[in-house]
Amino acid sequence: MALKIVKPGLFTSVQDLGRPGYFHLGIPISGAMDRFAMRTANMLVGNAEDAAGLEAVFMGPEIEFTEDAVVAVTGASMPIMVDGDPVGGWSSFAVKAGQTLSFGFLKSGARIYIAVSGGIDTTPDLGSRSTYPIGALGGIEGRPVQAGDEIPVGNSNPVAAGRTVQTELRRMPGSPAELRVLPGLYWHRLTEEAGTGFFEDTWTVAPEADRMGYRFKGGRALEFVDREQPFGAGADPSNIVDGCYSYGSIQVPGGTEPIVLHRDAVSGGGYFTLGAIISADMDLIGQLQPNTPVRFVKVDMERALAARADRRKMLQKIREELV
Amino acid sequence: MAVIQSPLPGIFYHKPTPEDPPFRLTGDDVAVGDTIGLVEVMKTFIEIKSEIPGKFEGYAIADGSPVTAGETLAELSD
Repeated sequence: MALKIVKPGLFTSVQDLGRPGYFHLGIPISGAMDRFAMRTANMLVGNAEDAAGLEAVFMGPEIEFTEDAVVAVTGASMPIMVDGDPVGGWSSFAVKAGQTLSFGFLKSGARIYIAVSGGIDTTPDLGSRSTYPIGALGGIEGRPVQAGDEIPVGNSNPVAAGRTVQTELRRMPGSPAELRVLPGLYWHRLTEEAGTGFFEDTWTVAPEADRMGYRFKGGRALEFVDREQPFGAGADPSNIVDGCYSYGSIQVPGGTEPIVLHRDAVSGGGYFTLGAIISADMDLIGQLQPNTPVRFVKVDMERALAARADRRKMLQKIREELV
Repeated sequence: MAVIQSPLPGIFYHKPTPEDPPFRLTGDDVAVGDTIGLVEVMKTFIEIKSEIPGKFEGYAIADGSPVTAGETLAELSD
């Protein structure tokens, strides 16, 4: 069984839940930007939640199926068609050998996740099939898919088409999107006014935003507390002596445009990080289009952990309905 | 009147570089596969190609404007 890529879309890539354990060596965690949607797509087609699927951003690919399969598409809202006939998102549907899956214009959100019964069966690198193009790891030869690729799919147990996830469990960002932030190690570098302003302003997603980092613009520039820069730190007040970056950490080079590091991010460098987006909200970032308005909301550790527990409950509810 | 729509969200440009003239001027002929503009997203410039032939009637939005997927970028007449 294989998926023949007729049109690749834009940076469509094989992703699973990621490649944790190597960030200290500079190899990012990779994996789906919206892992909630990826897990759900897998559950809909009877796969393990960590099976590999396809992540497509802004534009859907066109895929011909060589054998019968059950498929689900979750995440962004985008018309889905099998041989030109519309099918629903967040639901499982049957595709017959020789049929073609294609997509219309993106309506909301940013990334779709395509799961196929059996899961994509490319060779894992360092324990994951996730594509990391800069390191040429995972996926098809470590790159996004191209027209003409035949992507292998594993064997599956029979699974029913027509299963669906209730609308209220389809987690997507609102508008403006609210991203919760836990202030971090270098928060003290900001003046009180700058710290307040960061949370008051409405930012918009910059067009540069990608799998490495999401850049935001439009808010006020940050002011820093005066200090003599320590030895080894650059001259700009947004510089520090090199430190580790976390998944979700927010750096603001030059104090102007915040960048949230995401699944394919670098693991360290010389920019201060004012805090981190809480883990429960990282999936939402994967669904932000350029120019989307965004508010950052300050939370403490207790609220961050409560949000993580809420998201776990939501996933558990989907599991109970589908698995 | 036929339209060319943006396949994806980003920033739309009429010109290949800021110094160059626009890809097409009103009245120009457009063949299938001709590039009429660029959409910038994720540090990449994607060429917008016409899927239909016609006479160029003009850009529907200004150079450097944000666009959403499906938005009309330019109009063509037969």
